[in-house]
Amino acid sequence: MIKKIALVSLLSICSLGALAAGGPSVPLDHIKTNISDNESLQNGLSTFMNYCFGCHAMQYARYERAATDLGIPQNVFEENILVGETKIGQLMNISMSTDQAKLWFGSPPPDLTLNARLRGPDWIYSYLRGFYLDPKRPYGVNNVVFKDVGMPHVLADLQGVCAEEPQLGVEPEVDPLSGNIVKQSGCNEFAKEGALSSKEYDTLIYDLVNFLTYVGEPSRLDSERIGRNVLIFLAFLFVFVYFLNKEYWRELH
Amino acid sequence: MQKLINWIDERLPIVEAFENHMSKYYAPKNFNVWYIFGVLSMVVLVNQLLTGIWLTMSYNPTAEGAFASVEYIMRDVEYGWLLRYLHSTGASAFFVVVYLHMFRGLMYGSYKKPRELIWIFGMTIYLALMAEAFMGYLLPWGQMSYWGAQVIVNLFGAIPFIGEDLSLWIRGDYLISGITLNRFFALHVVALPIVILALVVLHILALHTVGSNNPDGVEIKKNKDENGIPKDGIPFHPFYTVHDLVGIVVFLFVFCGVVFFFPEMGGYFIEKPNFEPANPLKTPDHIAPVWYFTPFYAMLRAVPDAFLGVVVMGAAIAILFVLPWLDKSPVKSIRYKGWISKVALVLLVVSFAVLGYLGVVVATPERTMWARILTVVYFAYFILMPWFTTVEKTKPVPERVTG
Repeated sequence: MIKKIALVSLLSICSLGALAAGGPSVPLDHIKTNISDNESLQNGLSTFMNYCFGCHAMQYARYERAATDLGIPQNVFEENILVGETKIGQLMNISMSTDQAKLWFGSPPPDLTLNARLRGPDWIYSYLRGFYLDPKRPYGVNNVVFKDVGMPHVLADLQGVCAEEPQLGVEPEVDPLSGNIVKQSGCNEFAKEGALSSKEYDTLIYDLVNFLTYVGEPSRLDSERIGRNVLIFLAFLFVFVYFLNKEYWRELH
Repeated sequence: MQKLINWIDERLPIVEAFENHMSKYYAPKNFNVWYIFGVLSMVVLVNQLLTGIWLTMSYNPTAEGAFASVEYIMRDVEYGWLLRYLHSTGASAFFVVVYLHMFRGLMYGSYKKPRELIWIFGMTIYLALMAEAFMGYLLPWGQMSYWGAQVIVNLFGAIPFIGEDLSLWIRGDYLISGITLNRFFALHVVALPIVILALVVLHILALHTVGSNNPDGVEIKKNKDENGIPKDGIPFHPFYTVHDLVGIVVFLFVFCGVVFFFPEMGGYFIEKPNFEPANPLKTPDHIAPVWYFTPFYAMLRAVPDAFLGVVVMGAAIAILFVLPWLDKSPVKSIRYKGWISKVALVLLVVSFAVLGYLGVVVATPERTMWARILTVVYFAYFILMPWFTTVEKTKPVPERVTG
């Protein structure tokens, strides 16, 4: 048994390496997140609470931290975001049990606290815009980024349902004569229209991914602010120790 | 103040100790930039000890609680994120400075007589450091922590006869579990730090007994003035303390740049799969050790047989221990060695660096072939050393240090 485990592990280090270094096989759309944009983060939080939080927990994050960091006054946060008896100091857990989740989706929806650090913002941004109609799947949709994913297209009312596989990671092409965009990332033909335009939906997803990026590492902005001061201090200290050293060594020469 | 010092000194020889190791320890005056990495290792060691102690205050060494407690440190503990990034970046920084420190030793023959023991203590520190880093990496209990540990512990299973029992004994379970986590925690925070600290003391005591080497490889103790002070020596304190301060500040600038701005270092210092809790039922797509182990990992992968691979990997580290007796050259420093030694050292560094790269990326048949060639090159440096250091023509070594 142990020999088998050893063998499998040894084989996996040799062969599994091959899968990962190649990176994602699907081209992804690239975004530049901006976690200092509070308005975007607040929109993202709102989308997350309304559409994702039913199934996806953020079990390592606290409501209060998000409220403080995003500049939302506590009473506003409590009135608009928190449900029932939930206290603002609590962790963002969900009430869906793992067993139920397994039964409904095949595997329990992953916790999203660290998802942006695990997958990267590009992946999530592309994934949430990668759903398309596929009647063979239990929820009638498939995803180009995560093939045969168990998750239904929760945002279908907003985006609509794409009739064919959306093209992701393509550079926008403009017809030089008419000036019209002839090719761009995303869905080109909808089987069912949604409430939002493509552009509005992309912004909604951008804000959501931005929020997930913030939650992944809430200390990021603090870190960069303190880091700048530390580096400035060290630069000053360098001048001081440089001349101190020079002064001492002068007597040797 | 002086009264207090006198009072203590009558009971404990602190003045003598300070003189022996600082103000009357004579170091060669021609140290160059390569001589900063010893003191930087000390700086990083202190960083690891201090941040480690504070991390321990909030860390929970159980399979159920470890991952969540690390996120608790990152989010709820005041400046916990800073402690954690200082510690995780410190681990990589430790290997950066230790590798450069070892390269300095190779370049200037610092391992040669009479400094064999310093080298052996240093190599033992390196070995203990690898164990320390490996066990520390399990503690966040992420996917890569778990599967990395699984793979490495299973390597012991490749040893004939005792292998299976040995890996079972290390894990304390049939697979990596909370029991393994708990014992790795004990070893990481108590046992190995004590071993490393003791070895560092021995490393420095041995160094201060024979004195430091220098870029010329000249023994400064051979030329003393009427007071018995080496003519080319200068008191370590204050000259090298102020000198090292400059190096330390430069190092801290780079180190803090990483800590505050790129703590993941593109997935090399903190691997992305470690943002997912350990799951014994789900193997990650790509199990890669952290960068400082990858040269040896590439050698392991290059050998088709599992057991022989482990032997080669072990030998790659073990052979460094006997280096002082492989170098037969009459001179120490690369400055006065012949061209074969120079080419050989360059080849060693290139092979080690490229093997490090090959250990990170996917193994293809072509890359495996390169890993094999470079493994041979790595070993050739040591195995051929008794030959090329004897036959090559060396340059005359000056009486006194230059520059």
